[in-house]
Amino acid sequence: MVHLTLSERPAVWASPVLMRPMADLLHLVAEQRDADAFRQLFQSYAPRVKAYMMRQGADATTAEELAQETLLMVWRKAGLYSGDKGSATTWIFTIARNLRIDRLRREVAWQPLPENADEEPSLDPLPDDILSERERRDKVRDALASLPADQSEVVVMSYIEGLSHSEIAERLGLPLGTVKSRMRLAYQKVRDALIDLE
Amino acid sequence: MTIKHHPDLATLMSCAAGSQPEAMAAVMASHLSVCKECAATVGKMERLGAVLFENISPSAVSQTAPVSDARAQIPGDDLGGSHAVVSGDVPFALQSAIGANLDELPWKRLAPGVWHHPIKLSGAARGDLRLIKVAPGHSLPEHGHGGEELTLVLRGSYHDTTGHYAVGDVADLADDVEHAPVADAKDGCVCLIASERPAKFKSLLARMMQPLSGL
Repeated sequence: MVHLTLSERPAVWASPVLMRPMADLLHLVAEQRDADAFRQLFQSYAPRVKAYMMRQGADATTAEELAQETLLMVWRKAGLYSGDKGSATTWIFTIARNLRIDRLRREVAWQPLPENADEEPSLDPLPDDILSERERRDKVRDALASLPADQSEVVVMSYIEGLSHSEIAERLGLPLGTVKSRMRLAYQKVRDALIDLE
Repeated sequence: MTIKHHPDLATLMSCAAGSQPEAMAAVMASHLSVCKECAATVGKMERLGAVLFENISPSAVSQTAPVSDARAQIPGDDLGGSHAVVSGDVPFALQSAIGANLDELPWKRLAPGVWHHPIKLSGAARGDLRLIKVAPGHSLPEHGHGGEELTLVLRGSYHDTTGHYAVGDVADLADDVEHAPVADAKDGCVCLIASERPAKFKSLLARMMQPLSGL
């Protein structure tokens, strides 16, 4: 049931057409309403948003609609993206996440998008250059790949399948406390990788 | 405001993943709007989510980028509304649901010294979200929860066997904890409480109401 995808290295992501930093594309969309930049963002993100929505339980048609809608929201809200509050992918992930809560679960997404969060200035990442962004990502990906299977399982179920602690406990036949302690342990192991590179 | 009690890391992670039941998500959003430390942690956890999101095998999309739809949108709509109102006890995230002033709510009396105000969730949501107001020195009867429960203090403070909770603090108790919270003797306490499985909580409320209804 649970497909672990922690070690997959998506080929699409590294293709030359995507060498342009996603953050730059977002700024072009925000400032110039640049259709080509929007097309590139769409090509990069829509297939992944569609796959995400399907893993969250949407059928292919709904998932594709939600991918379209996510990217439309990226267009609409691009002016709110600030490159110093985390990567473009993180920002788009939170848009997809909130849209999923709103449309698939028909609940209120209480959690705001990151640009609305009042973060400590000291936590601001480095300027958004593609190399450090990729290095950051690889560091996190390696940390994730090194997690014990029982820990990465609950992390994937939480983030990608959208299951609550209790739903994970039910699915795995585990006490609630065990699920939560596995998630805690997983975070403690990847936490260092999530701190921005100095 | 010095916050001493924070949600469990697993709760923060589920929040970043967008996988919490709606009632718990409401409490978390309210806590995050007053706790920079947890907001920063959730920010990191969102970055973790983004890497997991990138790791998903993509699924081919048959349509092209909706450029004309995008252009038809009014640029800059729904950009507003992110500025926190600083006055009052209600965290910004909660203001759309209950307004900015706790004193203006239509509180319902449950028992002597105890009032509540249920907050409506979406139709599909399970669980229970409500405010509880306890007069100075009053307490709730000892009770358990039988599932996850999150409590955020909005005004005053309370204490129980697990500690002393003041404004901004979150009690993220294990599902097997039983407690009998007592409100601060001077200011009383107003809390926002989310229960995942409200049956036990509701039976507690019913128990408290019995003396009033003469049963």
